[in-house]
Amino acid sequence: MSDDSTQHPLKIYFVMWIGLFVLSSFSYATDFMQDGTLRTSLILAFMFAKAGGIVWIFMHMGWERLAFKAAILGPPVAIMVLIWLMSLEGHYVEGSRIEHYGESTFEPQTPEHH
Amino acid sequence: MSEAVLENGAEAPGKQGLVDDWSRDKQVFGMPWGKAMMWVFLLSDTFIFSCFLVGYMMVRISTTDPWPNPSEVFALEAFGYPVPLLLIAIMTFILITSSGTMALAVNMGYRKNRKATFWLMVVTALLGASFVGMQAFEWSKLISEGVRPWGNPFGAAQFGSSFFMITGFHGLHVSAGVIYLLVIAFRVKNGFYERGGGNYEIVEITGLYWHFVDLVWVFIFAFFYLW
Repeated sequence: MSDDSTQHPLKIYFVMWIGLFVLSSFSYATDFMQDGTLRTSLILAFMFAKAGGIVWIFMHMGWERLAFKAAILGPPVAIMVLIWLMSLEGHYVEGSRIEHYGESTFEPQTPEHH
Repeated sequence: MSEAVLENGAEAPGKQGLVDDWSRDKQVFGMPWGKAMMWVFLLSDTFIFSCFLVGYMMVRISTTDPWPNPSEVFALEAFGYPVPLLLIAIMTFILITSSGTMALAVNMGYRKNRKATFWLMVVTALLGASFVGMQAFEWSKLISEGVRPWGNPFGAAQFGSSFFMITGFHGLHVSAGVIYLLVIAFRVKNGFYERGGGNYEIVEITGLYWHFVDLVWVFIFAFFYLW
């Protein structure tokens, strides 16, 4: 990193800040949509856009050298494997629960509002 | 900062720079050690939060009971209507605002504007404290409605355990961050870092931690509250 990278003008922070507000509003708006692939994709898209902006601009990762980016951003990729394995396992466990114990008999209450 | 880069002698950008940085028989990352170590800590924290969120995903997939609808569970009455996720949305905006003030504090730190840095960090800490306060309110509300780590009236028992574990661990991070911010803010104000030659890198390191707390909330908001 050089000096100009740590003292860049404030404008980029304000742009990022407004961007996060807008993206968060969009995220919140997805709660009023019907459940489905579109809603899920939008939740993920806004989430990654926000996360990317925070890491890249606010945490200055965009100005770091590639050796550092790779060292910090590389390892979390392994989490994708964990997510994949655990979702396989989760569906298997759900299937065997239904097979051995039957469908749920739980009768949920609707929450009251205060 | 600039010395570190010169010592490292690494000017080549991109892939060649990566090879150079690792093969120079010198410190690989041209930055203060405190900053590199904070990133390594945050990387380890990323794995802890990921394990919680993956655990939550796993129990939510595998339970045969219906999952409580977060949109209804976290709704608050406003203007005579139940507004879904009202408090959670406010908490999200508060945390984003605090990230913005923190980013400005880091910038003011590099400009050696101690007064502005101090006040921006104090504002950040106050916003963080209000976030924890609202979380406490959210917890009390859910507890009064009968949500427990071992069960709740609205659906799968795993809802409570995931909720208290994930938001509790995040809230702990926010609380620790508030204390961390205040300690560093007062040191900036008192001129503590002037003795070390006026190096305000510490403000950026504190900022990294604070932005990370906001970053984790982005994932919790998407996966726990919206999904």
